[in-house]
Parts: sequence; structure tokens; C-alpha cells
Amino acid sequence: MLSNSLVLGASTGFNSGDMIYQLIAFIILLLLLKKFAWGPLMGIMKEREEHIANEIESAEQSRTEAKKLLEEQRNLLKEARNDAQGLIESAKKQGDVQREEIIAAARAESERIKQSAKVEIEQQKEQAVAAIREQVASLSVLIASKVIEKELSAEDQEKLINEYIQEAGEER
Amino acid sequence: MHHGAPLREFMGLTFNLGNIMMITIASAVVFIIAVLATRKLAMKPTGMQNILEWVMDFVKGIINSSMDWKDGGRFHLLALTLIMYIFVSNMLGLPFSITYNGELWWKSPTADPAITLTLSLMVLALTHFFGIKAKGAGGYGREFLKPFWIMSPIKIVEEFANALTLGLRLYGNIYAGEILLSLLVGTLAAGSWAGKFAAIIPTVAWQGFSIFIGGIQAFIFCMLSMVYMAHKVSRDH
Repeated sequence: MLSNSLVLGASTGFNSGDMIYQLIAFIILLLLLKKFAWGPLMGIMKEREEHIANEIESAEQSRTEAKKLLEEQRNLLKEARNDAQGLIESAKKQGDVQREEIIAAARAESERIKQSAKVEIEQQKEQAVAAIREQVASLSVLIASKVIEKELSAEDQEKLINEYIQEAGEER
Repeated sequence: MHHGAPLREFMGLTFNLGNIMMITIASAVVFIIAVLATRKLAMKPTGMQNILEWVMDFVKGIINSSMDWKDGGRFHLLALTLIMYIFVSNMLGLPFSITYNGELWWKSPTADPAITLTLSLMVLALTHFFGIKAKGAGGYGREFLKPFWIMSPIKIVEEFANALTLGLRLYGNIYAGEILLSLLVGTLAAGSWAGKFAAIIPTVAWQGFSIFIGGIQAFIFCMLSMVYMAHKVSRDH
């Protein structure tokens, strides 16, 4: 009995109906799964694949862009540094020039002031001398008249004039 | 331990109602698993979606190992459905078997040669169909004359042998597993208390091993299907 049941198909028989049913069931299962499970699943897997590919692409793109920007910034920085250096340089130069100018102007001004002061001094001196001369003249007239009044001798008169002149010189 | 089968005649065909029921249940289980897993699809897969995507990539690997993806891509869904259906079928008979009125109702559908041979014949028929489609009738016919015309009888026999071995390998493995399980449970454990106690360890061990065999056989069936397909479809053979 045991051996009989182990013989190929002996326990169930070979059933044509099962075969047809299995075939149809499998095909139906295949179609149903394709429509409801595998299709959507494959779709999402493909979508993910594309998504990843896109992400990689965009990442690469942004990396190159960042590189480009970095290079640009670097160049700009360099340029700015050069500009600043130039500005400092020129400012220094300008300062030097201005200093020289100011000094020269100051020197010229002082020279001018000195000159004018000298001129004024000269003028004052001359004026003073002129004034003295005038006074001497009037004094001499005065003296002369006094001498005449006293009827002085020529000797006394000269002596008197010299005295007066000396007096006037000391007064000054 | 020898059970009858719930055979019924209908329109001149013999139906084993136990098989019909188990085929339906296996198909339904596969369908429910697949649909539940793909219910909430996300770009960042979680839980069941992860498992199913892994299976998908696994099957893709099987196909890629035997042929170009350009040729084999269209068999992806077929192989995927095959491996899932056979795996679920192999698992169904493991936890228990149900007999009603001396007739065996609950078992693995793949423990029946009619069913495994149906699957293998279907696969082989598909290989011939796609072989003709890929190479034309002439190219398909010439394959039988390679490498020498004198080999052609062997080639022709090979086709039938392929179909038979593909189906019977699966049937043999699963049927043997169930026979051993029913022997352990039905005879050893049905006796004394000592027998029940003694049956626990080998039963557990054999059930674990049967899970392994069920997985391996599903993989082998799928793998060989794709290898046969590659023989017919690929140009470089």
C-alpha cells in the first residue's frame, strides 16, 4: 500500500482538468500581477532610477557651476587687491607731491614777507632820516636866530651847532 | 497515510478538486502579497516594498546570468511570477495537510506531477515560441542540426527531457517532503506518547529543511526556465 502510494501520480492520478486549470490560473495570475503589482512596482523602480540619474547630473552641474563661481570670485578678489594696492600707491605719491608744494609755497610766502618787511624797514629809516634832516634844518635856523640874537662869535656858533647836532643824535 | 483524491468528472475532464482549490489559494496568496506590498509605493521603499524589490532584482540577476537583458527583459515578469507562485505553492503544504472524508484537500499544489508538468510544458512551449520569434522558423530549425546534423535526434529528445525533468524535479522534491512529513506525523506521532515525543525533533528539522528545499526548488525552476529560454533566444549559441 505504501509503495503503491509512492508511485508517480498514483495517489492522485493524472488529471487533464487540473492541467488546464493550472495553465489558465497561472496566465490569469500573471496578467493580474502585471496590471496590479509588477507594473506599478517596475514603474516606481524606473522612476527612482531616473530620479537618481537626474540627481547625479544636477549635482555634477552645480559642482561645475560652483567651481566656476569660485574661480570668478578669486579673480575678483585678486583684482580688488591690485586696485587697492594701486590706490594706496597713488595716494602716497599724491601726498608727497602735495607736501612738496605746501613746503614750497610756505617758503615763497616767508620769503615774500621777509622782503616786504625789509622794504618797510628801509622806508621807515628813510622817513626817519628825512624827518631828522627837516628837524636839523629848523633847529639850525632856530639856533642861528638865537646866535644872532646873542651876537655870538663864529667860533661859539659852530660850537653851539655841533652841540645841538649831538644832542639831536642822542635823542633819536 | 494513503488518501484518496477528491476527483470529479466535468465535461469529460477529470478534476482533482483538492488541486483546484490549492491552485486557487496559491494564486490568491501570491496576488494578495504582491498587491499589499505594492499598495503604497514610495521613492524611498519601506517594508514589503523593499522585499518585493529585492525579489525583482534577484530575478533580474537570474535572467542576466543566462542571457542579455536586451533579450531577457521581456521574461522578467514571467520569471518573477513563476518564482513567487512556486515558492508559495511549496510553502502551502508544509504547515499541515487536510483530509476530509478520506480525501486529501490541503497540500502543496506542486506536489502533483500534473501541475508541475503543466508549468514546465508551458515554459518549454514559450521557449519554442520565442525561439521562432527571435530567429525565424529557419534559424530555429537549424539550431537542431548544430553542432552536427547527426546530433539532431538527441537534440529533439533533449527538448522532451527538459520538460520532463523540469517538472518532475519540482514535483519529486515537494512530494517527497510531504510524504516524509506525513510519515513522521501520521505514523510515528499517531502512536504512543513516546512516539509523539520522538517525532517532534525530526518533524521540526524536516519542516525547516523543506522550507529550504521549497525556496531552492523555486529558484532552480525559475533559473532553468531562463536557461532554456536563453538557449532558444540568444544568438551567440
